[in-house]
Amino acid sequence: MSNHSQAHPAHLQHHFVDSDQQFDAAKMGMWVFIVNEILFFGGLFCAYIVFRAWYPDLFTQAATELNTVWGAVNTLVLIGSSLTVAMAIRSAQKNQIKGLQINLLITIALACIFLLIKYFEYSHKLHIGIWPGAELYTYEGIDHPLAHVFFSIYYVMTGIHAIHIIVGIGLMIWIYIRAKKNEFGSEYYTPVEMVGLYWHLVDVIWIFLFPLLYLIE
Amino acid sequence: MATAEVSNKKTLKVQRFKPSDNPSNTYLTDEKGVWAWMTTVDHKKIGIMYLVAVAIFFAVGGALALLLRTELMTPAKTFIEADTYNQLFTLHGAIMVFFVLVPSIPAALGNFIMPMQLGAKDVAFPKLNLASFYIYVAGAIFTFIALAQHGLDTGWTFYTPYSTESSSSVIWVTMGVFILGFSSILTGTNFITTIHKMRAPGITWGKLPLNVWALYATSIIQVLATPVLAITVLLLTMERWLGFGIFDPALGGDPVLFQHFFWFYSHPAVYIMIVPGFGIISEVISTFSKKTVFGYWAIALSSLAIAFIGFLVWGHHMFTSGQSAVATTVFSFLTFLVGIPTGIKIFNWIATLYKGSIKMDTPMIYVFIFLFLFSIGGFTGIMLGALSVDIHLHDTYYVVAHFHYVMMGGTLIALLAGLHFWWPKMTGKLYNEKLAKIASVFIFVGFNVTFLPQFVMGAQGMPRRYYNYVDQFTAFHQTSTIGSYLLGVGFLIILYYLMHSLFKGAKSPANPWGSRGLEWQATSPPDFHNFDHTPVVIHGPYDYHQPMEEFQLGLAVDTNGHDSETAKEVVDKEREQWKNYSLG
Repeated sequence: MSNHSQAHPAHLQHHFVDSDQQFDAAKMGMWVFIVNEILFFGGLFCAYIVFRAWYPDLFTQAATELNTVWGAVNTLVLIGSSLTVAMAIRSAQKNQIKGLQINLLITIALACIFLLIKYFEYSHKLHIGIWPGAELYTYEGIDHPLAHVFFSIYYVMTGIHAIHIIVGIGLMIWIYIRAKKNEFGSEYYTPVEMVGLYWHLVDVIWIFLFPLLYLIE
Repeated sequence: MATAEVSNKKTLKVQRFKPSDNPSNTYLTDEKGVWAWMTTVDHKKIGIMYLVAVAIFFAVGGALALLLRTELMTPAKTFIEADTYNQLFTLHGAIMVFFVLVPSIPAALGNFIMPMQLGAKDVAFPKLNLASFYIYVAGAIFTFIALAQHGLDTGWTFYTPYSTESSSSVIWVTMGVFILGFSSILTGTNFITTIHKMRAPGITWGKLPLNVWALYATSIIQVLATPVLAITVLLLTMERWLGFGIFDPALGGDPVLFQHFFWFYSHPAVYIMIVPGFGIISEVISTFSKKTVFGYWAIALSSLAIAFIGFLVWGHHMFTSGQSAVATTVFSFLTFLVGIPTGIKIFNWIATLYKGSIKMDTPMIYVFIFLFLFSIGGFTGIMLGALSVDIHLHDTYYVVAHFHYVMMGGTLIALLAGLHFWWPKMTGKLYNEKLAKIASVFIFVGFNVTFLPQFVMGAQGMPRRYYNYVDQFTAFHQTSTIGSYLLGVGFLIILYYLMHSLFKGAKSPANPWGSRGLEWQATSPPDFHNFDHTPVVIHGPYDYHQPMEEFQLGLAVDTNGHDSETAKEVVDKEREQWKNYSLG
């Protein structure tokens, strides 16, 4: 029906007039999605606030079971990964494809380190009997009848956050593969920026989770 | 141009593009076959698929309603067991709310019409649009699995502690709702981006059709409220599955916390249901009065006001749940406040009719039915918002009647108005006007016979969701049941003549109603790309005093910008100029 070779670049979708409009639309869509994610986690933070207001002692007591050091390490790991993903976007903007690929790999590696540390945290807890939910929770170390409530909230908040990290790793692997196939450059790097934006959101959520769960006393 | 002055006026070369009354290529002919439909990213086809799905769910939910009403013909058991009755009203509510009312107008009609009203070729994210549809289907599948297992008998509101303990398939349904929520969120994201970024040259925010303003406000609510529902059902699932202890007092939780979480979404949800209906009313009432809508900015901004205030009133569902006196008073006050922007719309629509050239075709008949039924629904909502009154009316049939008047008498009637209005656009066919008018009489009379008695018996104390009742309510219930059968007949008539129209209906011209809407300046059915030119808009959406030709302008280039070098040159030169028109 039509000869595409001259008329528009390969990445430009047919319902957009030009690349600028497509990029603008992608950015707006991503930000709206991020607002939606904030509301999603907001519900969980709301549950946290309500229960902490009702049982402040429970929270400060139970939080001592969480390993602050490893939580802090994870925070640095995640902030570092936000830095490297921003650098990846910058590389794409400057048409440095190798730089883009390396920065993406480092980000993925840091994200995996985060998950690894989380794995050790979770397995330690499960080992000593701190399970989610009243039926499975058997740990005796906290002198409060509602200890399972704190950990239920802990597990659901960090668990859903971890699921977002896993999704983010998947997205970054996809972007890395596309970068290896030379799909990105200074004139088109929208997916890189969108994934970067998502990753920053995941980082920001952890920055709220960490003090609220690990640092209260 | 090296001049010192910066002029705000840009010049475009435009010509008139009159839509053909006999299009040879349409979106229906250009992509054919089941696989093409199932993998389409065309917003028009996706809208139609949603419409079919919504219609099927409406039929299921409606059949459940008729079963319920038949059981209620007699005070004791008629032909259904009590446990089955609980399942039936739960499913009726869940299906109607989640699978019909929330998606119907935005996902079905909005998807089809809105990009055309913006002069765009599609929504901003067409593939996401298709994904939204399949997510909707996935949510439905989960719900049907639940039906096949142990059903659901908690009421559509899933209140704890019963929903935590019920032996019915709560988790299947909550997961189905969780999945379905993403369909709503992604549609909202898509629409917001489309409205911001995909408007044709000349369409400023002040020239947006009110239907688009309504969908914009709705999309904002969808994006902000639905994630909270997602968390709520997730927490309920965890509570049931693992014994979290968030909603169970024995484990340290609070069942009222569930209600707060649930209604924080579900109240804005009712605005998701009705606000798109308001948009349709504006479109139809202006077309069939041949007049501009009175108070354009009042109607446009009142949709946003409803969206905002709607987030602040959720506690009015919980007046008897044990909230503090201060909280209940504040919620009651805010509930009164949220009625004001809606009232403004009703007055503005009536003012639109004044000195208009009214044509009582079927869409307009449904507009009048809407004005009558929704006003009753709205007023009774305010009455329920009055604290002291609500103590007596909460959980009675008064509430049931109220929400059926606003949801069915409001949203569904608006959907019928929109369906009949845009039917020629979507299908290229006309329906039998006489049968349509007859059906509307059945709908109107049937509706009132069903639900007016429910106000009275509710005020006299008949509780909702009750399987048995005392003899003093028998006459009310029986009248109500007869009304429901009349409603059923009305909908069957609609189904009949619409199906007949699809297969054997008269061909429709491009613009059978003489509307000034941009979607009507395309062929009926539209081209695959909606328009074969870039529309340029110079008038407001309801400027009926301007000649029709001036609503059919487009950029004077030959093609979609794909083929010839000369066309590309023109588009390149023009692009700098008209790009500024679409930023807002």
